[in-house]
Amino acid sequence: MPSFVNPEKCDGCKGGEKTACMYICPNDLMVLNPDEMRAYNQEPDQCWECYSCVKICPQGAIEVRHYADIAPMGGYCQPMMGTDSIMWTIKFRNGNMKRFKFPIRTTPEGSIKPYDGKPSPGADALGNGALFTEENSGRVTSTPADYD
Amino acid sequence: MALRNKPQWELLAEPDLSKVPVEEYEYDALLVGGGMACCGAAFEIGKWMPEGSKVCLCDKASLERSGAVAQGLSAINTYIGENTPSDYVRMVRNDLMGVVREDLIFDLGRHVDDSVHLFEEWGLPIWKKEGGNKAPLAEGGTPVRTGKWQIMIHGESYKRIVAEAAKAALEEMGYDLHERMFIVKLLLDANKDNTIAGAVGFSARENKVCVYKAKAILVACGGAVNIFRPRSTDEGKGRAWYPIWNAGSTYTMCMQVGAEMTMMENRFTPSRFKDGYGPVGAWFLLFKATVVNGNGEHYVKSDAAKEELAKYKPYSDAAVTPTCLRNHLMLFEMKEGRGPIFMDTAAALNAFLEEKKASGMDEKALKKYWKELESEAWEDFLDMSVGQAGLWASMNIEPEKVGSEIMPTEPYMLGSHSGCCGIWVSGPDEDWVPDEYKWGYNRMTTVNGLFTAGDGVGASGHKFSSGAHSEGRIAAKAMAKYVVDNADFTPTLSQSADELKAEIYKPVVTYYEHHQKTTDDMVNPNYIRPRHMMERLMKYTDEYGGGWSPYYMTNGNLLDIVMRHLQWLREDSEKMAASGLHELIRAWENYHRIWTVEDHLRHIQFREESRYPGFYYRGDFMAADDKDFDEGGWKCFVNSQYDPKTGEWKCMKKKCYKIISD
Repeated sequence: MPSFVNPEKCDGCKGGEKTACMYICPNDLMVLNPDEMRAYNQEPDQCWECYSCVKICPQGAIEVRHYADIAPMGGYCQPMMGTDSIMWTIKFRNGNMKRFKFPIRTTPEGSIKPYDGKPSPGADALGNGALFTEENSGRVTSTPADYD
Repeated sequence: MALRNKPQWELLAEPDLSKVPVEEYEYDALLVGGGMACCGAAFEIGKWMPEGSKVCLCDKASLERSGAVAQGLSAINTYIGENTPSDYVRMVRNDLMGVVREDLIFDLGRHVDDSVHLFEEWGLPIWKKEGGNKAPLAEGGTPVRTGKWQIMIHGESYKRIVAEAAKAALEEMGYDLHERMFIVKLLLDANKDNTIAGAVGFSARENKVCVYKAKAILVACGGAVNIFRPRSTDEGKGRAWYPIWNAGSTYTMCMQVGAEMTMMENRFTPSRFKDGYGPVGAWFLLFKATVVNGNGEHYVKSDAAKEELAKYKPYSDAAVTPTCLRNHLMLFEMKEGRGPIFMDTAAALNAFLEEKKASGMDEKALKKYWKELESEAWEDFLDMSVGQAGLWASMNIEPEKVGSEIMPTEPYMLGSHSGCCGIWVSGPDEDWVPDEYKWGYNRMTTVNGLFTAGDGVGASGHKFSSGAHSEGRIAAKAMAKYVVDNADFTPTLSQSADELKAEIYKPVVTYYEHHQKTTDDMVNPNYIRPRHMMERLMKYTDEYGGGWSPYYMTNGNLLDIVMRHLQWLREDSEKMAASGLHELIRAWENYHRIWTVEDHLRHIQFREESRYPGFYYRGDFMAADDKDFDEGGWKCFVNSQYDPKTGEWKCMKKKCYKIISD
């Protein structure tokens, strides 16, 4: 089910720092044609249909067309990303529709302060088995004999 | 129309190497990969490295959505919670047919929950049990357990959350992040024997090669996909079960500098919803669905199935049948002509409704309950395998009305899910760990300063996303110790930057030297394009190495043939041609695939038994024996090592210690 780009909606992210779909695709598939200022999927048969490009596109210009060698035509899934949830629209080949909304995160994007409130370990702790957020006791220092 | 012998890619690769700059970097620690393991390492490492250290993470993609969790997940499969690390070892040991590194698994079990608690703190929504404690898990909250080890999550943004924390940690420490940097080769030290000194890669966005020197390197860039013929025939091959961008780079890069490998004969052949490869875990565990054959029979309970299973005692006697043996039974049914195999989703969902009706739930409440149930069923796919939801929509499948086919896929290689191939690493330096299992630094390979985690660590499967993250953290701490202990070591490379550049850009030079010698650049006798290389590899591994088309069957004679093909593939890989930067990625990925598969098949050739029936079979040695190493049996590790000095490969048996009692 490779992704495809609607040329009427795609503006090549000209207002942005970088082309969003090209930035995000884990398989280096989405690419910008700078002459046309439109993005496209340069290797559709290697598309994992992970929807990363669909979800990130600020114009809603990217959709997915089911794998031609597998799927009867007409069905589709389209997400709408919010800050704390995602909304899916599912359309069946027979025209039936379903909508689902799921939470995606409980904190604002960009708010993670990974080291806040987590004291640094002493240099002498480098030799023990505890990770820096763990106390060097209990399960962390247990051995198989503790559970016999 | 112009002749079709011109480069087609948007970002062209530069054949004039004088125009390709080389950037040289020097770090104390280098993290190669961007998935769960390297994100864990990125979070942990800054708290242990000496003040003023330099660290860099190189990701082939963008950290926000890279690795196996890029799309999201609907469950965390390893959360120890109320269980013990010893029980965790027992589960993994039986599922992987007895041959595992119990020290590594136990060690992971001690730490994995801490990572899960961090995920929740960072913002990952974790389902809480109705009527249970709704507090965060770290404060005693009650998760929705589907199985003994699994918990349900709203995991669409799982990787984005974990990556955000990793990025913020790198930034806070003043460390570097190089995205779209594909590391393709590790470099040994010129002076100190068997010691890592650096790595080299190239940018996917501009014509540029980067050479990195580092005292310690963590290589954790996933397993191997697209190594056996996929069941799909065209576009659908993109719908690999494991992430399609995992090309065996972890294994090949480490193998090539001499790291000892372990259990590379292991593979994972998951049974998943046919063609869309949607997850089955929640259907089995959360919805309690059963699998039936084409006649609607619950075949695992049949006498024929029981008889078949009994061939693999004692592994088949366990309370939970090992994954490979469940596959074996499915294949048995299919071969006996009783397919297709269905997940009976309709019966499962309707059983829940019937139960509520019987308990007196009124129509309105029942309707609301059904909405929730339906939403849970669809979320399972939409969180992690949207393509499966799309396939249901395309085929008008409503799971409450009709079951869906399930089918074993093409084989994959990995060390973090229900497989255990990978690299032989040191366990924790503790008294209870056998001497042969430890050499100072936890998760260090047999090459000094080279570490791995996640899919990279062999003989210790069932880590999954959370386990990979915590294993990256364990490795990161050990790397810091290695750097401290080797403070006076200065890495020295034996190849010059220009030599490395020429090696990396060879496919580009090859393309431009020959592409106009025919009128179509895809058909040219002077070179081979990466996609053709991959297709040739997948054809022969499938036919001779036990892919899906011969029902995962191979034997010594078939393996001899595939070994010849692998030799030719390796020779021809020197003639790969790439005209764009994207194609240069594909060229190096396929180079990595060929080596990884060769090691896989060498192990299968060496192990004269069928250790994982249902994943692969040696037709000439169909049994899985229970005889120990000391008795000359195969209940032991098979390790292999490539010697970078001589180019020779060797396979050997290694004793497997049982540390945890039954």
